[in-house]
Formats: sequence, structure tokens, C-alpha cells
Amino acid sequence: MNRARLAFDPAEQARLKALYPQHFRATDAGRITGWVLLGGMALLVAYALWHLGFSLARIGTGLAQLFHFLTLMMPPDPGKQLPLYMHALGETLAIAFLGTFAGAVLALPFGLLAAKNVVRNPLIHTLVRRVLDVFRGVDKLIWALIYVTVVGLGPFAGILAIATSSIGELGKLFSEAVEASDHKPVEGITASGGGPLEGVRFGLFPQVLPVLASQILYYFESNSRQSTIVGIVGAGGLGLHLAEQIRILEWQKVSFLILMMLIMVAVIDFISSRLRFAIIGRRSVRV
Amino acid sequence: MAHTVVRLPAEQIAPLARLYDEAVAARRRHSLIAAGVVAVCIALSCWWGEVKPSVFAANAFRLGDYFWNILPTLRLDQLGTDLAEWYWNLDGWLKLLADTILIAYLGTVFGVIGALALCFLASANLTRNTTIRFAARRLLEFCRTVPEIVFALLFVVAFGLGPMPGVMALAIHTMGALGKLFAEVVENIDMKPVEGATAAGASWVQAVRLAVMPQVLSNFASYGLLRFEINVREAAIMGFVGAGGIGQDLVEAIRKFYYSDVSAILLLIIATVTIIDLVTERIRHRLISMEAGR
Repeated sequence: MNRARLAFDPAEQARLKALYPQHFRATDAGRITGWVLLGGMALLVAYALWHLGFSLARIGTGLAQLFHFLTLMMPPDPGKQLPLYMHALGETLAIAFLGTFAGAVLALPFGLLAAKNVVRNPLIHTLVRRVLDVFRGVDKLIWALIYVTVVGLGPFAGILAIATSSIGELGKLFSEAVEASDHKPVEGITASGGGPLEGVRFGLFPQVLPVLASQILYYFESNSRQSTIVGIVGAGGLGLHLAEQIRILEWQKVSFLILMMLIMVAVIDFISSRLRFAIIGRRSVRV
Repeated sequence: MAHTVVRLPAEQIAPLARLYDEAVAARRRHSLIAAGVVAVCIALSCWWGEVKPSVFAANAFRLGDYFWNILPTLRLDQLGTDLAEWYWNLDGWLKLLADTILIAYLGTVFGVIGALALCFLASANLTRNTTIRFAARRLLEFCRTVPEIVFALLFVVAFGLGPMPGVMALAIHTMGALGKLFAEVVENIDMKPVEGATAAGASWVQAVRLAVMPQVLSNFASYGLLRFEINVREAAIMGFVGAGGIGQDLVEAIRKFYYSDVSAILLLIIATVTIIDLVTERIRHRLISMEAGR
């Protein structure tokens, strides 16, 4: 397709330049800052590449190796290990489910304590919030590693790791939901003689439960991704086998395990998004 | 003012009350079914995940013990020496932390470059060719679904130990995650400038550069910064599989029961992550206010 181009004669160009000088200036302040920023970032990239010991030779040999591995991965094949891997898949699902469930149950009291409009004492709710921040700020894999040293190898450590992180994440979301909730139903219940617990049960829960349920489902999705990797540090599930097969270079089994992960995640995403929409309609969940 | 309560005759109340009872019963049934399903799932998971409540109850105190153990011994009368002992390797850890941040930075930069290259191809309003769009989207999806640490494991075998495989793993995952977000931003732009640029004879690349980029740049920067925060967290665990950063010392401390080192390194990581979160949040707010001020 040939495009028509507008061409101005010199007189017309001069007229436009006189009319709109700002569009004909080669540089302005914003552009200079942009270039300086980009230059600084590029310099930092160069420094980081040098500091972390990147070398073209290593990249070349590494890419060749990687390509070689990829050819060895085809076709994905579990060999005789299929029953074992199916069991590991069940373990992974169990870790994700129990971890999310335990985290959600424990997040309820934490979330209430961290909400400004439930606990008036600023000392308590900021303290609880900091605790939740620590739970959330430390990666799931670090928790898994810690719990492996405490309760030993196996899926139970994974469950505890997922639960600890989930308390932090869901507790924060839950406290935000409670703070955003309407206080009038609670006042109504107090006015008709209900105590504080009844206020929470009949005034607050009906408002926040649908929101919370959808958030729990959302975190179940992300936890199912995470539960595949806690095995890398020895906390059960698919990750355990994956790390092992990569170490002994069984590439067909590696690709099969990655395929299992992808399919599992896709299926869980599908089911849980259907459930989410059933609970709160087609509103997008805030990430 | 006195209220009088109107009481309907019994034959009028009965059907209404019955409807109400039926509605309540239906809701109860739904809740019971949901609770039953959850209970069955819990039972299955407990059996499959080898969770024995009795064993856990017997050993629950160990959890508390462990966290008690990793706390340092700090005595008031010799606080200085105790702190010095707790952070005996501060220089080494700070070097590793700097490495961690650099790994996260490089991974984010390369990931953003990759996402920039692919997001325009994956957005429905700029790429009419369904084959290209489908391919770009599937590629991004694959990069996003496989966890960073799995890429890191593979790359460590291919490239050898060190920060390089960590950077590459982060870059690939970042490309997948950001590519999707970027494509969503691009799909929400105002198409009029693009039409204008095309009408004035711009090629596809020129239209993207002059009509799309100015609209999406601040959003892209904000998402990129968010991803940088996440990548700092991820870079901290890359050392678990030998891909550089502070993770290598942390994994050693946990595995070998150097109790006080565990808490020292954890605190350093938490502090670093918090500081980076605060800084990037301020930059993001400025970006968003710039966006709103236009």
C-alpha cells in the first residue's frame, strides 16, 4: 500500500514555524530529562552486567546447552514414574488447598484486629499490621525452607508455608474490606440490643463475606502456582520431583512435569474464575 | 409520636411466613452443601498431604521454639557488642544485598524491553493479524505461568552457577507478566491519534512510536516499577538454587541452624524490600499524578 505524504512548500513551512514555534524546537526540558534518565539507566545496566560477571562466551555456550536440552525434552515422557507424579500432583493440590484454607481461617481474626473501625486502639492495629507485613513480605519459599527445618521434609512444611503467607495477604485484604464496609447495619444491631460479637456476625460478615470469598479463590489460584515450587526446597509436591529430575538431567521427565504444572494451573484458573463470577458477578478482582 | 404496630390477620401472615422460611431454608441448604464440599476437600487434602493433627499438636511447641531460637541475645548492658556479634558479617551481606538488587534491576530492564517488543503485537487494536497475535499471547502466557525459580533451575544447569541465570529467569518471567499488562493498557488507549498518524502517512512503527507511546508510557513505567518490587523479593530467593544474591547465605544459615544469622538476614531482606517499596510507591504516585494532570 503506498501512502500519500503531505509536502509543504518552504513558505508554508516558515508560516507554520512562526505560528507554532514550540513544535519545531529540537529539545525541551522534558525531553532532556528523559534522555538523562535513559542514559543513567543504561549506565547502571552496563555496570550491573560487568559487576555480576556476564560474559558473551558464557552466554553463547549456555544458549547452545539450553537449545540442546530443549531438543532432548521432546517428547515429554514420564517413563515409569507416572503414578508417582500423579501422587505428587495430589500433594501439590492438597498443599494449595489446605494452605489457603488455614490461611483464610486464621486471617479472619487478624483482619478484624487490623481494621481501624473494629479495633479503636491504634497501637494494637498497627502492631497487627506490621506482623501481617512480615508474614507477607517474606517469600513463600523462605517460609517453606524454615518449616522444613522445623517439621521435617514433606508436604506439611509446604502447607504451613502457604498458610503463613496467606495469613499476611488475606489478613490485609480482609481488614481493608472491613474498613470499607458500611457501619450502619452494625449500628442497627447494637441499637436493637445486640452485642459486639452479634454486630460482627450479622452486621459485618454479610457485607464482607462475598468479597472475601472471591479473594480467597483468587489466592487459591496463585497459591496453586506457588505450591508447585515449595518442593524445590523439600516441602513436597511436584517441585520436589522437578528439582530432582533437572539435577540428574532427565529432560523428558522435566518437560512432562512442567506440562503437568501448566495444565493444573490452567484447570484451577478456569474452575476458580467460574466460581468467582458465580459469587460476585462479572466484576474484576482488584489485584 | 407513638407508633402502633399493625398486625396482619393470621391467614395473611401464614403464606408470607412460609415464603420467608423457605428462603431461609434454601440459603441454609446452599451453605451446608458448600461447607460439606469444603469439608470433604479438607479431609482428602489431609489424607493426601500427610497431615496428622495429633502429630502436629504434639510438635506445635517446636514452631514457637524455632522462632524463639532465631531471636538474637541482646543484653542491655552490652548492646553494642551483642549487635556486632549478631551482624558479624554485615559487609558480606550488604554486598550480597547489592547483588540481589542489581539482579532484580537487570531482570526488570530486560523483561521490560521484551514486554515492549511483544505487547504491541499482542494487543487486538494494533495487530489485526490473528496468527501473530495468538503466537505473541501464547508465548507471554507460557513465560508467565512457569515460575521464576523453575527457569532459574534450568538456567543454572545450562549457564552454570552465579547471578547470570537468575537475571535471565527473572527477565523471562517479567516479560510474560508485564507483556500481558502492557497489552491491556494498549488495548484501552484512544485510537484517534493512531488514526491521525496513519492518515498523515505514518508507518506502523511510526504510529506506535508517535501516537501510542505518549499515551501509555507513564502506565508502563508504573507497572515496571511494581514489577521491580516483586523482582527484588524473587531475586532474594534465587540463591536457593544457586542463582546468586542473598539467598545463598540465607539457605546456608537455615540449613545449618545458624540461628541468629537467619533472623539477621531475614531482617535485612525485609528492610530492603520495605525501603524499595516505599521509594517506588512515591515515584509511582508522581507518575500517576502526572497522568491525571494531563
